[in-house]
Amino acid sequence: MGSNPVVKFFESILTLNGSYHWGAVWQFLFRTEVLQGVLLTLIMAVLAQLVGSLIGLALYFVRRSRLRVLRGIGQAYVWFFRGTPLLVQIVFLYNFLPIIHVARPLIHTNLFQHLGFVDATPLDAFIAAFIALSFNEGAYMAEIVRAGIDSIDPGQMEAARSLGMTSWQGMRCIVLPQALRVIVPPLGNEFNSMLKSTSLASTIGVFELLEVANAFAFTGNVLEALTAAAIWYLTLTTVWSFIQASIERKLNASNIDPSQLGQGPWLGRVFGNIFVRTRPAGAPVTDVALPVPLDHR
Amino acid sequence: MAQETVATGNSGSAPMVDARDVHKYFHQNEVLRGVSMRVQRGEVVCVIGPSGSGKTTFLRCINHLEKITKGNIYVDGQPVGYRETEDGRVVEDTEKNIAAMRAQIGMVFQRFNLFPHLTALQNIMEAPIQVKGANRAEAEERAKSLLAKVGLEHKADAYPARLSGGQQQRVAIARALAMDPKLMLFDEATSALDPELVGEVLKVMRQLAEEGMTMVVVTHEMGFAREVADRVIFMDGGVIVEEGKPEQIFSAPQQERTQNFLRKVL
Repeated sequence: MGSNPVVKFFESILTLNGSYHWGAVWQFLFRTEVLQGVLLTLIMAVLAQLVGSLIGLALYFVRRSRLRVLRGIGQAYVWFFRGTPLLVQIVFLYNFLPIIHVARPLIHTNLFQHLGFVDATPLDAFIAAFIALSFNEGAYMAEIVRAGIDSIDPGQMEAARSLGMTSWQGMRCIVLPQALRVIVPPLGNEFNSMLKSTSLASTIGVFELLEVANAFAFTGNVLEALTAAAIWYLTLTTVWSFIQASIERKLNASNIDPSQLGQGPWLGRVFGNIFVRTRPAGAPVTDVALPVPLDHR
Repeated sequence: MAQETVATGNSGSAPMVDARDVHKYFHQNEVLRGVSMRVQRGEVVCVIGPSGSGKTTFLRCINHLEKITKGNIYVDGQPVGYRETEDGRVVEDTEKNIAAMRAQIGMVFQRFNLFPHLTALQNIMEAPIQVKGANRAEAEERAKSLLAKVGLEHKADAYPARLSGGQQQRVAIARALAMDPKLMLFDEATSALDPELVGEVLKVMRQLAEEGMTMVVVTHEMGFAREVADRVIFMDGGVIVEEGKPEQIFSAPQQERTQNFLRKVL
């Protein structure tokens, strides 16, 4: 850059007086190790969110059980996993698994090395992190699933029953599809959180994005590596917000006033349909609130 | 209880609905205090009465949406919701049996209760596919003809939120008919409708009655009861106060409570 003092001033800020190299950030972004870290972060987040959501759904039925013992267990589960830090759960599980001899042999299984990972994560660490993230997520999803299902008018289940459906059929075909509309927005936030929470697994040696970046400390460019990691986290969460918005639009298809479709500002269409008028979830369908069809006879 | 059932297990001769001394408590509150009634095959029975008289609760007991506290209800000769164990105790029936019984009894709700995430056509197809295992093409064919029957063939792909109240209730009737019920229960089917939409729903109900459907209709539509019902039952305070032919109930009610009620609503 030239000798213009103003340019020099900003240059020194942007490069921390010459010690920070933006070129290195660019190189880190697409290094094999970093890309593999992104992959592992993504795998762990998706798997843990999936299992956590299933645990959350199962907890709904456990907490609605006729058996008091089951209800107590469900309540205690949520109380415990929401009441202790995720980091503690991860570290605890990592140290606990070998004690019950579940994961001990796994330490010597070089699964990730076989899969071609440069920074090979010990399998027991991966499993400990995966279980802790899933169980923790289950407790939060339990609350979200409960709010979603409880928001559906009980008349829906009654109608399903009156048609000869069992309560499971009514749940599966009638209530859950409607509850999904209520569940998906907070579920999206949970997954956004999950993408970032996986970084806690770095503490037990899982080579996800953060740990991979940390491992570049020896190069003396750790700040640049961390910047690359941050850019990847941002990319993941941004892409997810687009996917989430599109899922929500599809789920809302039967709820949206068609005259409003596609007319909201671009940002509104991407970030959560806030400009599209929908009937609030669970609100009764009444004559009054409805647009009057032109051709009713 | 249920001794007769074993004997009259054959349907065909039994009345469609046979309720005997039905009692129902909500906590300490006795809302049904011994209701007995029979509905014959092909009969249209209208149940009228002030709100809180227990008529809706009684209707909901017929397909076991409410559990009765005491008494028996038989539909087509089969006990509803309860069965006798080998050692003679009476217990609630299995969910599967209850569901199978409900599949033969259509119900239409005051608030329609259409499935808002499904189109009109899908609302009608869902139960035949899930419960009867009908194949999709057959179910769709049947759903279309039922929509035509209630005059809504042009609304097949509309979601409930895009239908008027009257249209929604007609879809709800078609949805119940899709299961080929032998008995239809109507729970104040027109009470949630704007006045100008009531007629289109009553027209469909009248058509059903003319086709010989057995119907129990809880209603505030006295005109409908007078014209369509074979028999009118007046309930108040959890008991049947008076019943008879519509002309008798509406023109010459015997009981004072019936007279008072009719004076207010007519």
